[in-house]
Amino acid sequence: MADTFEPKAHVAHMEKMLGLAIEEDWRPVVEMHIAAIEKAAEAVLDFPLEDHAEAAPVFVP
Amino acid sequence: MSHETKELNSLTAAQTAAAVNSGDMKALEAAYASLQAIESLNPRVNAFTDVLGERALLEARAVDDAVAEGRSLPLAGVPYAVKNLYDVEGLTTRAGAKISRENPPATTDATLVRKLKEAGAILVGATHMGEYAYDFTGENAHDGICRNPHDTGYMTGGSSSGSAAATAAGMVPLAMGSDTNGSIRVPASFCGLFGLKPTYGRLSRAGTYPFVGSLDHLGPLTRSAEDLALIFDVLQGHDPADPAQTDHPEIETHARLAEDIGPLRIAVAGGYFREKALPDALNAVDLVARALGASLEIDIPEAARARAAAYVITAAEGSTLHLNRILERPRDFDPETRDRFLAGTMVPAIWVQKAQRFRSWFRDLFRKIFENVDVLLAPATPFPALASGTKTFTIGGETMPARPNIGLFTQPISFIGLPAVTVPIWLEGAKLPIGVQVIAPAWREDLALRVAHHLEQTGVCRAPVAKIAA
Repeated sequence: MADTFEPKAHVAHMEKMLGLAIEEDWRPVVEMHIAAIEKAAEAVLDFPLEDHAEAAPVFVP
Repeated sequence: MSHETKELNSLTAAQTAAAVNSGDMKALEAAYASLQAIESLNPRVNAFTDVLGERALLEARAVDDAVAEGRSLPLAGVPYAVKNLYDVEGLTTRAGAKISRENPPATTDATLVRKLKEAGAILVGATHMGEYAYDFTGENAHDGICRNPHDTGYMTGGSSSGSAAATAAGMVPLAMGSDTNGSIRVPASFCGLFGLKPTYGRLSRAGTYPFVGSLDHLGPLTRSAEDLALIFDVLQGHDPADPAQTDHPEIETHARLAEDIGPLRIAVAGGYFREKALPDALNAVDLVARALGASLEIDIPEAARARAAAYVITAAEGSTLHLNRILERPRDFDPETRDRFLAGTMVPAIWVQKAQRFRSWFRDLFRKIFENVDVLLAPATPFPALASGTKTFTIGGETMPARPNIGLFTQPISFIGLPAVTVPIWLEGAKLPIGVQVIAPAWREDLALRVAHHLEQTGVCRAPVAKIAA
């Protein structure tokens, strides 16, 4: 995923999709932060889990 | 400040409560001393955003009346402060944000504020914090920099910045904070305090402003381990108003503090927790380990991945909470949180869901680790407080932004909700303190508190009031 993730393109797409207003001088920092999150996510996605590993959040009906 | 006021403000919560309950001191005296210290020191430290003089005096008079009637209260006359994300009746809950200041005042106290009041504690004010708790520095564009009382040129750490600064400066012996990824344990490390992050789901969060519901905890910062236990026992109790709170049996920690720690199996957390630490952090852990006779080091696999998963969950969940505000009013955010919240809106769902599934895996790993040990030791921060305004730091050749990364060692622990006490260490010749995490299995705060108490009693760790000139 690291090779294919493009922070600039991702931010531009999501900005339009969500209707965010990102000023030009904020943009490089936002791109830096989404790149950092992607790097963290990459480590998480790389880890093999068994299908029975359930998500942690608790919902009590 | 008079000499007498300084003396009152150096008392621990337990000492103040004992003096008030025995009639040696009035709660009103303790309240006045605290308010005087705030008036005198706060301009240098910037710990308080709201001071509640009138409420404090009313509460103090009520405690004095109760004591006069023969009642004994566990926190009689103990002045305290709360991070400004706790609801306080009549006060707008800021959560460190400019936008929140437009909200009406809270109509009731947060559950933990109510419990502290019932125990005889005196609320003197609300404290500075990083905007929406997304911070490890103690710097806030709206409220300014909260300064470390041990050296005002250095960070307090965050996001419970003002709670730590107020306690370290001797304005209060106790302040409440919140900890999602380390926001109690980091400022406790930088400001030289004892800080308790209880087990996830242990204490009610009702009436506090959230950040990341999956990871949010509340807890106290103090200048003694005994105070942590005393307060923790007061704060426990099931509250249906917090849907994430677990109705787990309460434990008594204060009465058992002095129990022998000899039988406890204590080990040092290895791997990631050693590799990412700078020399002061390693030396502090080693000093504590030697004092406890803990020679075993246990590798903690996948801690970096756990931290990464917490990072992803925090970004996505925090940004979901603030989506409307970041859409409509991005200019009203602190720039340091705005750009992170903007980025957090763009996180694909599969990243978050995988992180939450990994969380269960990592919890199970720790359950196995705790079959062989009772307590783990790890650094609270990779280094002592950074100079105010520091934007980056470098570890192992990797330079990273300071604000999101100071909690490298706290994040994997809160990720799986384990209880941890930060204990303050003053290395020989050091100008600033550094904290060590004492980590226990889920629901065993008593073990971490006993070890912290032992370390304090044997002089290994200490939390003196900062010598700060008014």
